[in-house]
Amino acid sequence: MTPEERFDAVVAAEDKIEPTDWMPEGYRKTLIRQIAQHAHSEIIGMQPEGNWITRAPTLHRKAILMAKVQDEAGHGLYLYAAAETLGVKRDQLQELLHQGKHKYSSIFNYPTLSWSDMGAIGWLVDGAAITNQVMLTRCSYGPYARAMVRICKEESFHQRQGYELLIRLCQGTPEQKAMAQDSLNRWWWPALMMFGPPDSESTHTEQSMTWKIKRVTNDDLRQQFVDMTVPQAEYLGLEIPDPELTWNEGRGHYDFGPIDWEEFWAVVKGNGPMNRERIEHKLKAWEDGAWVREAAAAHAIKKTARSAA
Amino acid sequence: MSEYILSDAPQGTPSPDLGDHFIFLLAHADDNMVLAQRLGEWISKAPELEEDIAMGNFALDHLGVARALYTHAGEVEGKGRGEDKLAMYRSEREFMNVLLVERPNGDFAHTMVRQFLFDAYQVELWSYLSGSDDETLAGIAGRALKEATYHLRHSSAWVIRLGDGTDESNRRTQKALDRLWKYTAELFEGESERYRSAWESTVANVFDEAHMAIPEDPYQRSGGRRGFHSEHLGFLIAEMQWMQRSYPGLEW
Amino acid sequence: MTYDVPVAPGESGDIETTTNSGGDVWPMWEVFVRARRGISHVHIGSLHASDPEAALQNARDVYTRRGEGVSVWVVRSADVHSFEPEDAVDYIDANEKVYRLATTYEIPDEVGQM
Repeated sequence: MTPEERFDAVVAAEDKIEPTDWMPEGYRKTLIRQIAQHAHSEIIGMQPEGNWITRAPTLHRKAILMAKVQDEAGHGLYLYAAAETLGVKRDQLQELLHQGKHKYSSIFNYPTLSWSDMGAIGWLVDGAAITNQVMLTRCSYGPYARAMVRICKEESFHQRQGYELLIRLCQGTPEQKAMAQDSLNRWWWPALMMFGPPDSESTHTEQSMTWKIKRVTNDDLRQQFVDMTVPQAEYLGLEIPDPELTWNEGRGHYDFGPIDWEEFWAVVKGNGPMNRERIEHKLKAWEDGAWVREAAAAHAIKKTARSAA
Repeated sequence: MSEYILSDAPQGTPSPDLGDHFIFLLAHADDNMVLAQRLGEWISKAPELEEDIAMGNFALDHLGVARALYTHAGEVEGKGRGEDKLAMYRSEREFMNVLLVERPNGDFAHTMVRQFLFDAYQVELWSYLSGSDDETLAGIAGRALKEATYHLRHSSAWVIRLGDGTDESNRRTQKALDRLWKYTAELFEGESERYRSAWESTVANVFDEAHMAIPEDPYQRSGGRRGFHSEHLGFLIAEMQWMQRSYPGLEW
Repeated sequence: MTYDVPVAPGESGDIETTTNSGGDVWPMWEVFVRARRGISHVHIGSLHASDPEAALQNARDVYTRRGEGVSVWVVRSADVHSFEPEDAVDYIDANEKVYRLATTYEIPDEVGQM
């Protein structure tokens, strides 16, 4: 058996590829690209929610939000570690992010403008993320799949706290409910865009499906998400901002209106409301921390030298 | 250690009665609340991911202690004020936290030195209070002691790393200590004077290992416990209370 | 949500995965956690830290936030040496040494459980 045949056999048998296995260069690159973007998304995703930590309305909500944003740092960390098993360094990946050569999920380029956005992000953004991440626990690359299992366990708290937060608002005063509706209006379409371009325009889908990096297509996942979310919005008594949204008895799915792909590509290319701020914030933290990282490394060297002497 | 404590409170400002149990609990709740708020400002800005997570833990621990103490204080007071009422509906003149915890974050060295000075104090405080006659307080203190012990391990390791690391890190860390030292005597006003010597030996050992010098400046500030704060606290509180003040009485 | 990197019209699909910068400033460590007393430490993930104490503290903060463990080990990733039996010839041989397996020995039923 050639290494390539063995690789194909492992993937076909639903077994996992591990770091020391031979793998096609394209497989390795696709994984690095995807895991890095996933990790960057978690890290940049700390900012829109971090924006409300000091302003959370109650101490209980403050604790939840802090724990959630902290989890996101953890998720980024697990994912960078998974990427590192493919022969890249975390510092390099971060540098590529800072230079704008790597992307992250474009949803995080939208601003958080009210407290109820914390609910909308948990419900819609984390909900969309879970739809995808559950699929990724079955990914053919072992370290990525394992990171996903861990992340999914932690992520379900994220979605539930968001939805619960919105229940509270929707059962509260009209002012609170209006706040929740405003959040849904602003986050709905960007959440649908999170599933990526339609399958007809998606460059990587086919190869990723064969390699079992990806198990379900963008459009199928998007449909799954819409079907799941519409009844949840109904429970809240909120209106999804899509006049074309209707139940299609024949398909057994909801039909929904066209997505503004021009907006999507504009944000992907760096022209969303917060693209520049997100990277500047990340870069500033990284640069401000340089002397700390160097100092710790220098101390470790001195300490080793002292104990050897 | 000889020092001159200069109170920022005007002459004649009455001291709160820390012997009053409600006031005592509230003052310590405020310490933890204000520090949690400061640490919360760090999230997504730490030098490395691992440290972002560590700072998040510190913030969550202090917030947890603050919540437990506010809740208990509210019960002791018996007027139906819960944790959010006490945290969100008192003005800066009513906050009784020590000045140290309201100091702005500054750079990482400044935050870590502030944390270290406070952790070393809290380890003594909680170990003393875990024997309190107030069983609820003793329970809170027992848990807080475990957390503070870990915080001290983390912050002292960082002070040593930074003090010993590079010329730049030593300079920054020494500068942080020079700035913050004048807020340390206040930690020991009144009740807490009794565990001062244990604190002094902890900090002396760590600063020695970190190649840092404790400032000789004998002047110390105080006033926080009497509601006389720096200008920094007002902004911290304004931000923290904004939602509750804008939408009074709503459930979130 | 997809974590495929979308390639905008007119953009190249290639993505850089290396830079000119050196490696990580802090080395990588492998983390092993004992979930509860009585069982072995199990590999749970990796992290970066400047020294062993930092690695231990970070491991506690990163991997046991939800009370996942009672004991933590950290080992520098560079100090882990590995052997992949699958790649070795004697792996196949081992499968032929069936006399190592208890099930290859027949014990009469009346002897009872053995």
